[in-house]
Amino acid sequence: MTPLLNVKDLRAYYGQVQALHGLSFSLNEGSLTTLLGANGAGKTTTLRAICNMVRSTGGVEFEGKPLNNRSTESIVRFGIAHVPQGRGTFTNMTVEENLQLGAITRKDSAGIVSDIERMYAHFPVLKQRHTQQAGTLSGGEQQMLAVARALMLRPRLMLLDEPSFGLAPLVVRDLFGILGKINREDKVSILVVEQNAQLALELADQAYVIETGRIVMSGNAKDIANNEEIRKSYLGY
Amino acid sequence: MELFTNQVLAGIATGAIYACMALAVVMIYQAIDHLNFAQGEMAMFSTFISWQLMQWGVSYWAAFLMTLAFSFVAGIAIERILFKPLAKAPVLTNVAGFIALFAIINSSAGLIWDFTIKQYPTPFGSAPFLGSQLISTHQAGMIGVTVALLLALYFFFQYTRIGLAMRAAASVPESARLVGINTSWMIALGWGMATAIGSIAGMLIAPVVFLEPNMMGGVLIYGFAAAVLGGLSSPFGAVVGGFLVGVFENLAGTYIPGVGNELKLPIALALIVSVLVVKPAGLFGRQIVKRV
Repeated sequence: MTPLLNVKDLRAYYGQVQALHGLSFSLNEGSLTTLLGANGAGKTTTLRAICNMVRSTGGVEFEGKPLNNRSTESIVRFGIAHVPQGRGTFTNMTVEENLQLGAITRKDSAGIVSDIERMYAHFPVLKQRHTQQAGTLSGGEQQMLAVARALMLRPRLMLLDEPSFGLAPLVVRDLFGILGKINREDKVSILVVEQNAQLALELADQAYVIETGRIVMSGNAKDIANNEEIRKSYLGY
Repeated sequence: MELFTNQVLAGIATGAIYACMALAVVMIYQAIDHLNFAQGEMAMFSTFISWQLMQWGVSYWAAFLMTLAFSFVAGIAIERILFKPLAKAPVLTNVAGFIALFAIINSSAGLIWDFTIKQYPTPFGSAPFLGSQLISTHQAGMIGVTVALLLALYFFFQYTRIGLAMRAAASVPESARLVGINTSWMIALGWGMATAIGSIAGMLIAPVVFLEPNMMGGVLIYGFAAAVLGGLSSPFGAVVGGFLVGVFENLAGTYIPGVGNELKLPIALALIVSVLVVKPAGLFGRQIVKRV
């Protein structure tokens, strides 16, 4: 079976500085995979390289189709939704406009309307605030909005960059619960980058650990969580 | 009192033109973060195109619409050829580009149509509007066309998907790309629309200031003043600023002794300076706050 996402020997550069040094991993359809690592390990760069937002070489394939040399905006049309670091909220637009923007590449207006209602069912707080400027939402609400905006694409694969960042522990639990549900019920494959390794390993089925731009460890999320040596040396808990 | 009302109404009429120019400036500023110094010259050139069409026997409104289409395409072409390659260049490089564009368009118009002042027709006539001495039919027409344009733009940006996509591309370009919006073409589209809006301003003001290659110089300065007053980050502010500047200019010229016609333009510049000192974000602009 071809993996949904296959990354091979990925190298990325910021100007002269090389940030990824030949990174390879894959993600199967239906999986919830996490990419772990310390600050500056290259987690965010990996997601950005998949969507061609940084200069990179190497192979990124989605269902066997190469994504290199495609523009960021055209990669979305493969059904890849990327929630960037900092959530990427359109702060001066309303909550509902943010959701509509998530579906801007779709043509089925009836489906979009019903999906907005579905998002309001998933995230009731967004319904209460649907006419409010998105910038006035709290951090947790904005993260819910970012996930909802990504789901409006009806994605095959969702890339999440540090969804727990800056959120209260209870809110993070809530959010991760929703992500698990989306993965199981809506059959959306998820690749989530996290610093909160403990929580991410509880949620994910597969895990990769990155250090200075290379994969240093991979395997079943449970095994990695249960391996004390890995936890101590790479994940710091 | 009648003088006052008259001056206010006349101010609203010219203010409508400033509002259009300010809106064109703000649209491009929102898209590429630079002030288009050549906005006035582009409008002047479009106005000459419409004049030329009428010289060839095309009726006013047909020439008007054909000029809109021409300006839209020309705006996109200018962006694709000149400013897309400069997108990542430093500010000063862009400024040089705008000044070059200014000079090229101004000289080309002089070369093609020479610098003599030409009459430009108005489709509204210049009789008293509804029998009132307060405002002429052309001034009423200026206000009417501008209001219709503003309403159309409001509905476009508020209720169409492409309008939504353009707003998204201007406010958070990276997120816009991540939802699949081709931000580069949205910028080009913004240029096309801004150029078309500018051409409307040019065609409406030409019967008042007469047609010649330097006709938009003063108008653009008022447009800048309006944009700064309303806030460069706010299209709504630019429009309000346009009307305010128009009224302010007329009242100052009438009531402040010694201002007269000669000092009207410096007043616009003084307004720019004062707003920048007192409230840099303008009346309706948002202060840019960055988290550190």
